[in-house]
Amino acid sequence: MVSPAEPTYANLKDPILNVHRLHVAFGRQQVLRDVNLVVPRGQTVAVIGESGCGKTVLLKAMVGLIQPARGEIYFDSHNLEKLNDRQLAKQRSRFGFLFQSAALFDSLTVGHNVAFPLLLAGTYSEAQIKNIVSSRLAQVGLPDAVMTQKPAELSGGMRKRVGLARALAINPEVMLYDEPTTGLDPIVSDVINELIIRTKGIYPVTSIVVTHDMRTAAKVADRIVMIFPLSRLADEEPQVIFDGTPTELEKSTDRRVTQFVRGEAGERLMEMRERTHEL
Amino acid sequence: MSVAPGGTGRPETTTPRLRAEMASSIEEWGRVVVEAAIAVGSLALFSLNSLSWLMTRWPRRETLLPIFYQVGVRSLPVVAVTGTFIGMVLAVQSYYQFSDLGLESRLGAVINMTLVRELGPVLAATMLAGRVGSAIAAELGTMRVTEQIDALTSMGANPLHYLVVPRLLACAILIPSLTIMADFMGVVGGFTYSIFVLRIDTFHYWQNSIDFVSSWDLFYGVIKSVFFGAAIALVSCHRGFHCGAGAEGVGRAATTAFVISFVLILFLDLLVGIVLDNIYLSIWPEGASLF
Repeated sequence: MVSPAEPTYANLKDPILNVHRLHVAFGRQQVLRDVNLVVPRGQTVAVIGESGCGKTVLLKAMVGLIQPARGEIYFDSHNLEKLNDRQLAKQRSRFGFLFQSAALFDSLTVGHNVAFPLLLAGTYSEAQIKNIVSSRLAQVGLPDAVMTQKPAELSGGMRKRVGLARALAINPEVMLYDEPTTGLDPIVSDVINELIIRTKGIYPVTSIVVTHDMRTAAKVADRIVMIFPLSRLADEEPQVIFDGTPTELEKSTDRRVTQFVRGEAGERLMEMRERTHEL
Repeated sequence: MSVAPGGTGRPETTTPRLRAEMASSIEEWGRVVVEAAIAVGSLALFSLNSLSWLMTRWPRRETLLPIFYQVGVRSLPVVAVTGTFIGMVLAVQSYYQFSDLGLESRLGAVINMTLVRELGPVLAATMLAGRVGSAIAAELGTMRVTEQIDALTSMGANPLHYLVVPRLLACAILIPSLTIMADFMGVVGGFTYSIFVLRIDTFHYWQNSIDFVSSWDLFYGVIKSVFFGAAIALVSCHRGFHCGAGAEGVGRAATTAFVISFVLILFLDLLVGIVLDNIYLSIWPEGASLF
């Protein structure tokens, strides 16, 4: 196992993303404590961990959707905290974000949803927008016919694919995936995994995939980072309990890591039984 | 039972318990005051940021038109119907008071003055808060809980510019038309009931209206309505943006948007009314008409 104190990738020069000693709290509840993550250009990192451990919070903090209590996030050497609204908006347009629920705009058609980032950029002609929308939908395996449909008319898997097409519309430098396969059947999940891999094959994109689906992590990631819920850590313990390659993850001897990878409840089940007994 | 030192005769347990209760009560009040101050500050900042975006960049026509249609055109029927009934109710309620004094021919002045200065603008604003304000809060609240606002932000768009400014413009620009519609239908309703049911003389009804109601009164009501419209949009958008989780959060956002908007409408009615009256009296001390 790689020691969390000395991450393998920390010494890389010119990383595209550098999360440094990040602390995030909601009121009195601390979610992230002293989290470090350095992501080199072109790498696909899977962030794994139990539900509620702060994976999505970490992802949202990377684009400034959540303000950290302490710590810095550098994107391409820009400290996000130091940017004003306009500068931050400019940097955000270099990201693509696939939300857990796809977060498609209900009031717009699929075509308008995919076109939205292009319209926002303001540098594309109407014909160019039409071509790009069509090609992005084709890239995620959707026909042009869905363009006129509203998101409510689509299945969960199709919505995720439209969300992916929208995120990829302006060829982002960094793709952030929040639970891309949650709520999907194994076949559609695999389609989404293939799309993530295919996207990387089409052009060089750095990807961060937050997931608790080990098949997704193993299939798409070059590197896996595991974070652990603070509520189950001692005060001085690091929250990143694993940082390494998928092969290193398989060989990990840390019980917390192996339990998660194998999907074993372990002492959580004992705790639950004790609570049920108390009731 | 032991007695407190000093021979007061009170049980010694009373004082600590009383102190604890008082401390708890003060703490609770303190919490309420702090939360209220935070809420007011948050709404003020939200409003200032929205107004600053309004000055910076005008929204696109494609974004504005559907919202204008929803706020303006779709609200007209309900405002017209309620306006008509309010005019009739005013006639019914005022008639018996005025007939006792033999002043029933002055009914037109009372109904029309009340409508254009107070009831028309407040009624149109209340209808807007109920029909449009709650819908705005629920729509933006749903967008918040389904991460659509986060998606907008993550693409580099400013949610205030894309979601709040068009709604603010629609409410502030279109509420004067709704107010005029409420005024007009109220005048028609009041007239119809007074003339055809209460058998008031038509000539005196209109003559007294013209003598008492000036164009300033109409202007006064319309100006107030702009403030009401802006307040409804800002409060409703703010509630939507700060919506709690789940369906319960969205429901609560819609309800609180209406309640806060309604209280604010009445507060602004008083405040703007005082300011406008002072402006009027400083310009026309003799009480001259605007036109």
